[in-house]
Amino acid sequence: MSKLNTLTVHETLDGLNKKEFSAVELAEEYIKEAEAARRLNAYVLETPEAALSKAAESDQRYASGNPRPLEGIPLGIKDLFCTEGIRTTACSHILDGFIPPYESTVTARLFEAGASCLGKLNMDEFAMGGSNETSYYGPVVNPWKAEKNLVPGGSSGGSAAAVAANICAAATGTDTGGSIRQPAAFCGVSGIKPTYGRCSRYGIMAFASSLDQAGPIAKDVRDCALLLNVMAGYDAKDSTSVKMDVPDFTKVLGQSVKGLKVGVPAEYRPAGLNAEIAAYWDKGIEMLKNAGAEIVDISLPHTKYALAVYYIIAPAEASSNLARYDGLRYGLRVPGEHLDDMYVNTRTAGFGTEVKRRVMIGTYVLSAGYYDAYYLKAQKVRRLIRDDFMRAFERCDVILTPTAPSAAFAVGDKSMTDDPINMWLNDVFTVSVNLAGLPAMSLPIGLSGDGLPLGLQVIGRAFDEETVFKTAAVIEKEAKFERLK
Amino acid sequence: MAIDKQTVNRVAFLSRLKIDPDKITATEDEFNKILNWVEQLNEVDTENVEPLAAVNETALVCRDDTVTEGNQADKILANAPMAEYGYFVVPKVVE
Amino acid sequence: MLIEGKENKWEIVCGLEIHCQIISKSKIFSGASTEFGADANQNVSLVDAGMPGMLPVLNRYCVHQAVKTGLGLRAQINNYSEFSRKNYFYADMPTGYQITQFEYPIVGEGVVTIDLEDGSTKDIRIERMHIEQDAGKSIHDIDPHKTFIDLNRAGVGLMEIVTKPDFGSPEEAGAFLKKLRSILRYLGTCDGNMDEGSMRCDVNVSVRPAGSGELRTRCEMKNVNSVKFVMQAIEVEARRHVEVYENGGTVEQETRRFDPVTGLTQSMRKKEFAHDYRYFPEPDLPPLVLTDAYIRQVADELPELPDAKKARFVEELGLTKYDATVICENKEVADFFEKAAAGHDAKKVANWLMGDFFAMLKRKNLTIEQSPVSAENLGRLVELIETNVISGKIAKDVFEMMSESGEAPEKIVEEKGLKQVTDTGAIEAIVDQVIAGNPDKVNAYKGGKTGLMGWFVGQVIKESRGKANPQVVNQLLAAKLA
Repeated sequence: MSKLNTLTVHETLDGLNKKEFSAVELAEEYIKEAEAARRLNAYVLETPEAALSKAAESDQRYASGNPRPLEGIPLGIKDLFCTEGIRTTACSHILDGFIPPYESTVTARLFEAGASCLGKLNMDEFAMGGSNETSYYGPVVNPWKAEKNLVPGGSSGGSAAAVAANICAAATGTDTGGSIRQPAAFCGVSGIKPTYGRCSRYGIMAFASSLDQAGPIAKDVRDCALLLNVMAGYDAKDSTSVKMDVPDFTKVLGQSVKGLKVGVPAEYRPAGLNAEIAAYWDKGIEMLKNAGAEIVDISLPHTKYALAVYYIIAPAEASSNLARYDGLRYGLRVPGEHLDDMYVNTRTAGFGTEVKRRVMIGTYVLSAGYYDAYYLKAQKVRRLIRDDFMRAFERCDVILTPTAPSAAFAVGDKSMTDDPINMWLNDVFTVSVNLAGLPAMSLPIGLSGDGLPLGLQVIGRAFDEETVFKTAAVIEKEAKFERLK
Repeated sequence: MAIDKQTVNRVAFLSRLKIDPDKITATEDEFNKILNWVEQLNEVDTENVEPLAAVNETALVCRDDTVTEGNQADKILANAPMAEYGYFVVPKVVE
Repeated sequence: MLIEGKENKWEIVCGLEIHCQIISKSKIFSGASTEFGADANQNVSLVDAGMPGMLPVLNRYCVHQAVKTGLGLRAQINNYSEFSRKNYFYADMPTGYQITQFEYPIVGEGVVTIDLEDGSTKDIRIERMHIEQDAGKSIHDIDPHKTFIDLNRAGVGLMEIVTKPDFGSPEEAGAFLKKLRSILRYLGTCDGNMDEGSMRCDVNVSVRPAGSGELRTRCEMKNVNSVKFVMQAIEVEARRHVEVYENGGTVEQETRRFDPVTGLTQSMRKKEFAHDYRYFPEPDLPPLVLTDAYIRQVADELPELPDAKKARFVEELGLTKYDATVICENKEVADFFEKAAAGHDAKKVANWLMGDFFAMLKRKNLTIEQSPVSAENLGRLVELIETNVISGKIAKDVFEMMSESGEAPEKIVEEKGLKQVTDTGAIEAIVDQVIAGNPDKVNAYKGGKTGLMGWFVGQVIKESRGKANPQVVNQLLAAKLA
């Protein structure tokens, strides 16, 4: 039998149900592997005791024959999710030592379904970044070609790296502009950003409230479906969560895509698109065509403006969301003579460069005299981007694109660190989806010539994650991507 | 719309952030570069386009007027860098 | 009101912004209690404390209260409204922004009719009303170097009512505040206590040459906390503007503070950078949509408001406008009055209420709810006078006894034998006795000093120990002295 930590969630549940191994054995394996992989810096906090005591409880449940849907599954939790009694910092210095007296809805649902917490996963500070390099706790190393010190992508870099490195069975992520999908692609794992409003944002530290969504990062498509089944659902504590039934997403896996209309947007194939990525995209199209899907050329004409819109709206919301980090009620405080000095000293010391950059840009675009020119303009173009998708979905059922314009790059890559816009361009294929609030999944399609994973993105209609899962499962089956083991 | 040092300082003040004096010029340049880049939006004709603030056009769901939380000052103050007599404490506020 | 300057006459132009705490059990966006007087930070939810990842959820009842208030202000209720964030850093504003309404408030234009001293009325236009959350409290006087923060008030629902600049005098502003308070209390949407801070007033003042119609620079005075101070602030600030203009100066647009001790306004020290609130739509709350059916339903629940009650009291019960205005200012008084007047002479009940009754409450320092004299008993006392069972004079004594014992007037009259004598024979005997005992006065009367009639009446009533019916006494005397 393969090592327990390399099993998928569904394989693990099988094994646990058949009593091939115990939840405690499983947890011990993950704890040991996580320790051994500390060089990756995927965890910013390990909670082995919590995982073990939860595992013991799971074993009892299996023994008494009443296991819950994710009984005994050890998860890694992105440090953006508040976990009761467990330090949560958004990987920011400003939240030093913050121990939430409450649990996020999404993690509460997972834990109530029997999953356990192995620890908190590294991420870009407040989810602002595409390489995990803005974390106060330092960068994460991509487990692929680990000797090369490549980034895992971001912001859910720790989540994607930990899943790829088999140091958690699956992980939670959040996605504001691509933060689940892009690191999933970089690390050769699967991840889905559900429709805006599908998962509760309660207890997740807000970056850009109108864009943020939680979702799973996992070893395969089925695992994503299993996790999302539990994570999704209306929550009265989040007024933007939507009252809508959550189907069993695993039901559609393996269903035929015969007759399904797959849209391929012309705008996602710009002149300079990486040839390997373009080739894999074509391969994905071919797979679906061979499976009986109909390929439809579509146009999303405002795509090129999505990044600019995003980098106005997201910083604007962030500038307001991050105002609460002021040294008064929790986290870091750097004293000052007067209150305003304390604010300035705390925030200047507590936030990293990228966060400060975005807070200031956000402040500027909302300020008197500039609001209409920037923020309001961006909101209008946001509508055009959303309308593009609505029009496209009149002609197709699902859209297939690459996830990211490149494979993982090196930690400290000068072209990225010296020019924030270059870094932001990593989100070029993912941000539109957040602006339109749609569900989208990234799954690995193959390796680049350098042996690095590349991902494809499947975008669906709002609240039609099922078609996304169904399509992704067909590609996954054909791609036969080999995970790290 | 190019921004100047004064604007950089004002934005920093509104954000309660301090920029090192020797970094103001660099910040100003970076800001201008970013703003220049986002100004590509001016190419888009948005006449008669309504701004989109929320993607789901669902109406607000309200809660009932019941007291569900309270008597938890300990919990509220547990993470406070400074608390005395049940209050959060900060340096003197000057008007 | 005009201010006489050296050369010119000046008009006051004033508008008010009033923050009214919404009466509700829990806060507007959280499930913490709104109760006043709890220990520090006990009525605080994780949302109120601005904990990371916490989200606001709107209190349905606060919306109901706002719609009710809007209808009470005879205002447009907007089917569509939005919440916005107003961004600023302050120690008692935990999230760094206030959730308020900006571009799309829940209530639009309305009107409040105010009652002026001379009996006239004036319509004050309401510009808008929106709902928002209150801030916590900063306490500066515990320690010389530290500020203490209590978040119990943070998140309590507020209604901010903004008037048009329709006030031409401090009196009008004062009358408006009294009327607004009265409406809010009738509606039960705000207790209107300015001294406790549940109603707070910002005052905008400018002046202009009389009749010019121009709009000049205005100054704002924030958080003026009594009707009296609002009136003083308007007057003193307007006079300051006149003086500045007449000395050739210009008024700077600024926020000033009214100091109740000196009775003057002073500039708040200007900050290096002014506020820039950076309003934008609150992404945590979808727009608030109210159906016409909902608005109608709230309208149906509306109680009779002071203006309507006043009109009814004048038309149906025959009260004077003045009496009706006084009685209707306070809903409890109006209710008490209606109960007392039921089936009796309403005007007489009103006189008793506003005279002896109010005086008694004041003397005993009681609210109307605590009155020892019930509405029914006050009505029956008037009834006893009306039916000539007791005289008006005796009634005053009976009322005093009622206000001591709380007993019914009939019982007091019966027990103390205070019934009025209307038996002509018995009164005639006393009349004869008085005439016989005062021949000089009789002669004087007959000689033309008819003014003595009052004296004779008084004597007879005195002899009867107050029980003789004055009308009968008058008739008998007139006949016998003729």
